[in-house]
Amino acid sequence: MNTTLADLKKGEHAVITDVSSTEIPLKLLEMGCLPGNNVQLVQMAPFADPMYLNINGSHLAIRKETAVHVLIEKL
Amino acid sequence: MSRQINIALIGNPNTGKTSVFNALTGLNQQVGNYPGITVEKKQGICKLDRNLKGHIIDLPGTYSLNASSLDENVVIELLLNKNDKDFPDVIVVVSDVENLKRNLLLFTQIKDLEIPTILAINMADRMDYKGISIDIPYLEKELNTKIALISTRKKTGISDLKALIQNYKDLSTEPCLHASEIDAEYFGRLRHAFPNQLLYKLWLVITQDVNFGKTNRKEMDAIASFKTKSESDLKRLQQKETIKRYQFINNVLKVGQTVDASQTKDLRSRLDRILTHKVYGYLIFFAILLLIFQAIYDWSSYPMDLIDTAFANLSEWVKTSLPAGDFTNLLAEGIISGLGGIVIFIPQIAFLFLFISILEESGYMSRVVFLMDRIMRKFGLSGKSVVPLISGTACAIPAIMATRNIESWKERLITILVTPFTTCSARLPVYLIIIALVIPEGSILGLSYQALTLMLLYLIGFFSAVFSAYLLNKVLNIKSKTFFVVEMPNYKLPLLKNVGLTVLEKTKSFVLGAGKIILAISIILWVLASYGPGDNFNNAEEIITEQYASQNLSEEELNKKIASHKLEHSFIGITGRTIEPAIRPLGYDWKIGIAIVSSFAAREVFVGTLATIYSVGNDDEETIKNRMAGEVNPILGGPLFNFASGISLLLFYAFAMQCMSTLAIVKRETNSWKWPTYQFVVMTALAYVVALASYQFLS
Repeated sequence: MNTTLADLKKGEHAVITDVSSTEIPLKLLEMGCLPGNNVQLVQMAPFADPMYLNINGSHLAIRKETAVHVLIEKL
Repeated sequence: MSRQINIALIGNPNTGKTSVFNALTGLNQQVGNYPGITVEKKQGICKLDRNLKGHIIDLPGTYSLNASSLDENVVIELLLNKNDKDFPDVIVVVSDVENLKRNLLLFTQIKDLEIPTILAINMADRMDYKGISIDIPYLEKELNTKIALISTRKKTGISDLKALIQNYKDLSTEPCLHASEIDAEYFGRLRHAFPNQLLYKLWLVITQDVNFGKTNRKEMDAIASFKTKSESDLKRLQQKETIKRYQFINNVLKVGQTVDASQTKDLRSRLDRILTHKVYGYLIFFAILLLIFQAIYDWSSYPMDLIDTAFANLSEWVKTSLPAGDFTNLLAEGIISGLGGIVIFIPQIAFLFLFISILEESGYMSRVVFLMDRIMRKFGLSGKSVVPLISGTACAIPAIMATRNIESWKERLITILVTPFTTCSARLPVYLIIIALVIPEGSILGLSYQALTLMLLYLIGFFSAVFSAYLLNKVLNIKSKTFFVVEMPNYKLPLLKNVGLTVLEKTKSFVLGAGKIILAISIILWVLASYGPGDNFNNAEEIITEQYASQNLSEEELNKKIASHKLEHSFIGITGRTIEPAIRPLGYDWKIGIAIVSSFAAREVFVGTLATIYSVGNDDEETIKNRMAGEVNPILGGPLFNFASGISLLLFYAFAMQCMSTLAIVKRETNSWKWPTYQFVVMTALAYVVALASYQFLS
């Protein structure tokens, strides 16, 4: 099974390896969610959803349902 | 002769673009709407030198030129239409020093439009703090631009920016990368088909639906049909374009910017640990709300008392110093009383906007969105619905417009439909005066009963919004793809100037907007209350004098009897008594009935209406509150505004949909009359039932 953003634990770092182009909106890509960029899980709301991320220096929050479409490699 | 040039401010949200705008224009600005749509248009004038003035437009914040909302579309529409009178001679891209990478994406897109462009890097005061250093000459060379390093907080660099704007003709219009390389063959064909158009413009038109000026519409339509690629292919190409731009930016910044992470003193993570905490986060949010309501109630009572007395005195003064007659009466009883009913609420409205703008400016609002998303989703809403629901406490109109950044149509529609339940500032006047009349003074645990009642009404508003959202979520059968991205900006100390200007602007437009309606309605009401048909009105004096001839009434008492007899048989009295049977079970008399009917134009008219009705024929000029307290229930005796009828009235106003402007906005945002009609019927019926039940139960 592939590791996705949704598998990250609080404080962990990872590199984005692939982004499902049909499921991920352009806006998220524009905010830096692109293959090769670093990502860190900063904080989680209760029930681990939404997730507060630091992607490539941009701080943003996305829902778990979106996060499962971003493949990562943990660091 | 002084010349004027157009300057457009463009940038990501949260970059301090509006601060830059305020720094350049000061009070020399005006806020309006773009024609036909409800997107706010901010423009101002900045003096550059003796012969040159800058006309500055603060465009809505956007992350890129690929618009996904109406607000973002405004940016593209302006930049693609050379014939627009606001088409910029020079663009200033405002970016935030900490998010330079992401900000430059928009910058490289704008450079492709071949318009002179300046890069303003804002928040330069945070560079040391964050361990950031930037090689300005290198970036200027690589990005083909001029850079102004500014700090609106420390007020540095603004004159450099002005100097760059002044010399805009020296700026390069060369793009900084060749985006068309992502599919050379496709772009080659495109260029061949439309040799006179800018390639990037063509690409923008193809990938999104942009509305054009008439002059080049025909040609542009032809371009829009140049869709030799499928939608998913176009989407993939847009992704490729984004990746390419980021590659370029990463390479530039690798040399041009260094970040010494060890220098970072991270206030953000320390604050986030508490403010977005699973328990403390919610407690703090609730405490902030509590503070806001207690403050609105307590702090604003002093200026409000002053205003109330001042208007009573003014009305008195007009009556005594102008010659007696219809005009004087209209002025004193109709217009001044009616206007007093709105002016009195300026302090509270200003406080409310003050708090909302502080929450937004500080970056805290995004944390609330983050905390609330999961909970709100249970009710078919989005975390982003929290912003409309909170700003709905100021006014439902901007709140409904603020739903535009909710990505899912279903979540957005539900938010629009339930937002009018939240307690808007127009309900505040009604609540305040009724609470003052029927809720006793005194306090528990340092919180006054009256403030607690107000808090309770806000909670009722909020929970009925959430509960109806839950029902709508079950009932509405709309399939829409949901996604949710929210930026978590840095915490910032709100700038006094920004907050001040927002409060000033919002309060002004509230008072002017409501003032016009209230002025019109109070004149109509005064006329209807001062004239009447038939003998019963015209011969009131004889009738009453005859009726009470046996009782030895003083002249003052007799005059009061005559005035109230006249009012009852005036046009308004007749109308009021016709509808009275419908509202009697709710505990109201016909005067309140008239006030309710007139407040379907706008809720805050209620107080003004009562003020006008009560002051007609009444010689002693008292404050509105005293007049209402003196009203007697015609059937049961005792004060008309007692606990039961007061609560019934409060609940009626909590639920009823009484605002024409909100209905109009809902129509515009949902593009159909269906939704506002539902809203009106359901909310008003609910209000009637709840008010009826509470009065019958309490009395």
